[in-house]
Amino acid sequence: MTVDDLAKGLNLTFLCGKELAQREVTGCYCGDLLSFVMSRAKSGDAWLTVMGHLNSIGVAALTDAACIVLTENAPLDPQALERAMQNDIIVLRTDRPTYETAVALSDLFKED
Amino acid sequence: MEFFYDFHIHSCLSACADNDMTPKNLANMAKLAGLDIIALTDHNSCLNCPATQKAAEEAGLGFVPGMELCTQEEVHLICLFPDLERALSFSEHVGGLLPEIENKPDIFGDQIIMGENDNFLGNHKKLLNSACQIDLEDAVKKVEGLKGFCYPAHIDRPSYSLLSNLGDIDPSMGFSAFEVTAKADLNALYASHPHLKKLRLMRGSDAHTLADISDAFHTINLKNNSLKDVLDYLNKKTF
Repeated sequence: MTVDDLAKGLNLTFLCGKELAQREVTGCYCGDLLSFVMSRAKSGDAWLTVMGHLNSIGVAALTDAACIVLTENAPLDPQALERAMQNDIIVLRTDRPTYETAVALSDLFKED
Repeated sequence: MEFFYDFHIHSCLSACADNDMTPKNLANMAKLAGLDIIALTDHNSCLNCPATQKAAEEAGLGFVPGMELCTQEEVHLICLFPDLERALSFSEHVGGLLPEIENKPDIFGDQIIMGENDNFLGNHKKLLNSACQIDLEDAVKKVEGLKGFCYPAHIDRPSYSLLSNLGDIDPSMGFSAFEVTAKADLNALYASHPHLKKLRLMRGSDAHTLADISDAFHTINLKNNSLKDVLDYLNKKTF
């Protein structure tokens, strides 16, 4: 499944990186404490979080996450958006909570 | 006497700060802005405090060696120390509590250590923008054990703040001060967290660029523009 499939399947909005959306999504990690995510998220994960801080972009780059999905309509700092574009990090957003998004993502994986 | 202060400034050692936030540049900019006393509060390190203290002295500014500590709850604390020696001892302790993750300057930015006269001493290898394996309570104890003073930073922010991450400032945490950003809506803050009214309000620019350094807006009342007086002032229980 690609990020594009994920975005369509879950009705996510691209905040940046739409042109990179053919990236493969192989898993999912949910978490907001960056120190946890930094050492636990895996390459190819769709990372579900409410943390739209500049450092989130660094953590996504460090872990090679497939994309960041901001849940609950969480804001993305302007600086973070700029850094995401510089570092080719795909950021999407949904108004649904993290749990619902993760369950829907799991269903997509099953269909895949 | 009232002294203009800014106790939340980052140098080029903080990956997210501009590389031109050198000790001399930031001290001279603070002087130009009309400040009387500043603290250097890089993320999880005090390694640029010696050079910045020297630069501040040369610029005719008071200086407080400090750090913006990131606890394991990812809460940022402004930690201020009575002298360089104790600041550096805390810095070494904190260095051992940071995870073994190397900084990637192209992603996070450079972490430049500087000596006197903005001499380049090297790049800090370990990523300083991480959470330290110390909880809030132990951090407060450790800082107080070194005769320092600490308070939660930018509590009105949606990230890395005590209110965003832990919901409230519980009196049992032992804080007698808190910091807000220039944009804080204080009325809303006091309405939602009435306990804050009993604590000392501190302002900090959280400057990451030279232009961010606070203008001469906020003052503290000290006898002298000295480090000892700052800590005596902060430690006063009644205000």
